[in-house]
Amino acid sequence: MRKLTCITCPNGCALMAEQTDGEIRVSGNRCSRGVDFAVSELTHPMRTISGTMRTVFPELPVAPVRVSAEIPKERIFDVMHEISRMEIKTRMRRGDVVIANVLGLGADVIVTGDMMSSKKP
Amino acid sequence: MTVYDVLVIGGGPGGLAAAISAKKNGADVLLLEREARLGGILKQCIHDGFGLLRFGEKLSGPEYAGRFEDEFHSRSIAYEVQTFVTAILKKKDGFLVRAVNRQGVQEYRTKTLILATGCRERTAKQVAIHGTRPAGIFTAGCAQHFVNLMGQMPAKRCVILGSGDIGLIMARRLTLEGAKVLGVYEVKPEPSGLTRNLIQCLEDYDIPLYLSRTVTRVFGTERLTGVETMRVDEEMRPIPGTKERISCDTLILSVGLIPENEIAEELGVPLDPKTKGPVCDNRFMTMTEGVFSCGNAMHVNDLVDYVSESGEIAGAAAAAYTRADRRLISLKTDDSMLYLVPQRLDLSGGCGGLTLYFRSRESLTEGTLLISVDGREVFRKNYRNLKPPEMERLTLDTSGFGLTEQSGVRLSIVKGGDRV
Repeated sequence: MRKLTCITCPNGCALMAEQTDGEIRVSGNRCSRGVDFAVSELTHPMRTISGTMRTVFPELPVAPVRVSAEIPKERIFDVMHEISRMEIKTRMRRGDVVIANVLGLGADVIVTGDMMSSKKP
Repeated sequence: MTVYDVLVIGGGPGGLAAAISAKKNGADVLLLEREARLGGILKQCIHDGFGLLRFGEKLSGPEYAGRFEDEFHSRSIAYEVQTFVTAILKKKDGFLVRAVNRQGVQEYRTKTLILATGCRERTAKQVAIHGTRPAGIFTAGCAQHFVNLMGQMPAKRCVILGSGDIGLIMARRLTLEGAKVLGVYEVKPEPSGLTRNLIQCLEDYDIPLYLSRTVTRVFGTERLTGVETMRVDEEMRPIPGTKERISCDTLILSVGLIPENEIAEELGVPLDPKTKGPVCDNRFMTMTEGVFSCGNAMHVNDLVDYVSESGEIAGAAAAAYTRADRRLISLKTDDSMLYLVPQRLDLSGGCGGLTLYFRSRESLTEGTLLISVDGREVFRKNYRNLKPPEMERLTLDTSGFGLTEQSGVRLSIVKGGDRV
């Protein structure tokens, strides 16, 4: 029996997950996403991660980035290392991919802020 | 001189939503923002989790703001950035807003005002820590500004005081960027951030959380060299003999947010001591005619989705505003709630849809919200897992409550569920 707190949404349901003969039974969840979360947490925990990437633009020294899909929890620092090695040289829009399929994990690193100059359009 | 229908002060999520909503409802709108870019604090909130309620997606702060900015620009709403409001004068038919920007002193006329000025962090001086005044003591939002906007790391070994959400988010952020976060200290017996942040920001990275323990002293002359922590009793008084010294170069404070209402106060807008924001009616108009409030300036929200929602309500109401006598009644609460917004209900012009925001004073696994009119119960709702850090939102149709100007409306939370 493992106590978990679902982090899928702000409700933060207190879950109980029981594993018997390879079958995982979950209680305390208010929606089906709680079951998915508990099963994933007991088998292969996944997380999303955000960070910043350096740019060449003086008024915007770093740009916000995140992974487009969940990555294995134990690879978070590897992905952070990839993000820290790169530098953005062209102005990008939010959603643009800066690292496709990062470390072969099936998720892209995307820019999440519009990197336009600060002047009014 | 142009007379705007609605002038919005603040270009964060509350102000953007308010301006869009006012414009959609036919108003001539101007938005003033003091920073160079729109988006408010969301610009530096690069973590994800924003917009789950509104968009069903886990967006980062800049992405969430970007969606509203796109709509704002597509509706060609007038705005000024790097424009700081210095004074507002009440006039017979509205307001004169004086501001300063790079073109000089500006004056704008408007029929209504929406104050979307957000909130400010409590600082070291407001939590009374003893010791010297070395460099290396930052509010969590200030540290976030350094890391996420300027690309500068303010810490190598750091202690975090306060378990508010920004502190938890920064514990993770600094860890990801290579700093050692030695622990989060919370003076209260319960954490004050969202449960999911305790898991994904602290537990995931083995960062310890110390409850009923606080920082009592800081050391260092040029730069912080360490802090002293002590356990506290139920009255939050330090317990002698529990001192512990921790060597660190940075102390980050996440000790609460306070709605920013300097402009409101200058206008004589009455504030609620519980929310520290203006007393508002169900359209989020303050007790001063023509002055509206929304977002974190009204009360500190934990989810941006609600900030946008309150902006939309205020924006639509400001666009529809005509000077008419309000018929206000109080929505009274007791000690079971930390606060309730709005504090008043305007019976004029129909009051079918009422959006309420409240926080329970106690953590309850099961609780029931009761609403009574003159002692007669008119509404009840059961809740699971009520917690002070997690705000509740409710929309109500009050048309069947039989409300008159003499009605005494009372809202309270009682322990227990169905059988109460």
